[in-house]
Amino acid sequence: MKIVVLVKYVPEPTAAWRYSDDRTLDRAGVEGRLSELDEYAVEQALSLMENGLSATVTFVTMGPARAVDGLRKALAMGGDDGVHISDEALHGSDALATSLVLARAVERTGFDLVVCGMSSTDAEMSVVPAMVADRLGVPQVTFASALSVDEGSVTIRRDGDTAVEEVVATLPAVVSVTDQTGEVRYPSFKAIMAGKKKPVTTWTLADLGVEPALVGAAGAATAVRSAAPQPSRQAGVVVVDDGGAAAQIADFLVAQKLL
Amino acid sequence: MSGVLVLVETVDGTVRKASLELLTLARRLGEPAALVCGPADEAVLELLGEYGAAHVYAVENPDLEEFLVAPKAEALTAVVRRTAPVAVLVTADHEGTEVAARAAVRLDSGIITDAVDVVAGDGGPLVTQSVFAGTWATQSQVVRGTPLITVRPNAVAPVAAPVEPVVETVTVDVGAGDRGSRIAQRTPKTGTGRPDLTDASVVVAGGRGMGSAEAFALLERLADSLGGAVAASRAATDLGWYGHDFQIGQTGKTVAPQLYLASGISGAVQHRAGMRSSRTIVAINKDPKAPMFRIADFGVVGDAHAVLPALIDEVERRKG
Repeated sequence: MKIVVLVKYVPEPTAAWRYSDDRTLDRAGVEGRLSELDEYAVEQALSLMENGLSATVTFVTMGPARAVDGLRKALAMGGDDGVHISDEALHGSDALATSLVLARAVERTGFDLVVCGMSSTDAEMSVVPAMVADRLGVPQVTFASALSVDEGSVTIRRDGDTAVEEVVATLPAVVSVTDQTGEVRYPSFKAIMAGKKKPVTTWTLADLGVEPALVGAAGAATAVRSAAPQPSRQAGVVVVDDGGAAAQIADFLVAQKLL
Repeated sequence: MSGVLVLVETVDGTVRKASLELLTLARRLGEPAALVCGPADEAVLELLGEYGAAHVYAVENPDLEEFLVAPKAEALTAVVRRTAPVAVLVTADHEGTEVAARAAVRLDSGIITDAVDVVAGDGGPLVTQSVFAGTWATQSQVVRGTPLITVRPNAVAPVAAPVEPVVETVTVDVGAGDRGSRIAQRTPKTGTGRPDLTDASVVVAGGRGMGSAEAFALLERLADSLGGAVAASRAATDLGWYGHDFQIGQTGKTVAPQLYLASGISGAVQHRAGMRSSRTIVAINKDPKAPMFRIADFGVVGDAHAVLPALIDEVERRKG
């Protein structure tokens, strides 16, 4: 069975992010990392294999040159190989273009199960897994908090606001997993070294047969008109409790007309 | 007048508050039309009309409830093709987001998610988003196809604007390809008896500093005194002290209440992203260096176990 995990290399969350002059996220100006939510996808793919599923695991990422570091982090956790889709024409791609490129890549690698994180931690849209499923013409089984594969079918538990659902689909399918699926493994030094040796292939748009006009800023169906830092909240009054803090809070709430 | 299509959600036989918010926003852009996936009974129609839905399209097809997302995406796509709205508004929850996402592919239309505001702009709706953990704001537009916009709950207060809706039952063909993910079981969650977290005007939240699951009972009592909802940081939910449904932050809920009272929460960037837009923030924490104090309007350096019981008494006193 072939498991493909889609991962994204994103800016480091503790760094200060900004927009470049072309109103795209300035990725070059900050450190990056494998998106934390994608680590859960990696973990689940590897767990499926370790729990008896006979499968290979390939990691696929679309991103600029440094995105390969995200693949190496995933490969340190486990898996067999990686695919890095990199092309200058991809700069400024929207979700429609990203899903198109990823779907084509996954068709090229071949797949039985595509595993994704529930959302990227930079754009935070949660649309790519559903879009990829639509483009591949396979079922989507998304926002899984628990996942199992058995006899050619995948079953998940999906925790919604108003109900818990059990969703079943036959393979091939696209799954996305939440951060509720269980702890992510921390690779040992030996695993990190082994990960560096695993094969990573690089594909361009030409390799995928995708027209540059369909992707990047030129092909985007949305446009950012303006981007500006939000005024940061200022710290207000801070008091040390000497027994009177509760009354002080209550006074404050009354003054704010909240009580 | 140009139509704006709103994907409406019904819960417990009535229309969800977030859907009424969408109808209110829709009026800024054109004439609201509601798409209901399921039978539109009297009570639902009345409420939709009260909040301005000039048209109601009811799609009755059991596939919509039995199979995940794809049938609703096809229903939305079909109604968009038929009615050519100037925009589509959907609530930014898991299902709505994915329904809109798949419709975006089928319609080859741009999608903008998690809007905090939508206004009429030059050449189409202008959508405001709060991005980068709430540190930047962007304004964007869709430039290809029918704008599909998902909107954060509580972005706007619902305002009634009564009309008499024209109701139409719509048949949608759901292909076999859209019946791939079967919802084998659905177990409704029991309510807390407190306001829904994303709708609440007061949120009382606890973090690792609360020390235990039992300590959350204090937060519940304070929330009840203030008529609010209870929430928790990721640290507290990971420790199993409170349910994940109540988690605030990047992988949980984003709220913007009138009052957010954070107790024993240090205030990591992922948490702040989920509550930064609260009107008033009060923080209680033992650690004077807790990042939460940087954004709090009123901060108390102290032990929550001492402050909270006294605060509950003070609140009751002021109310009485």
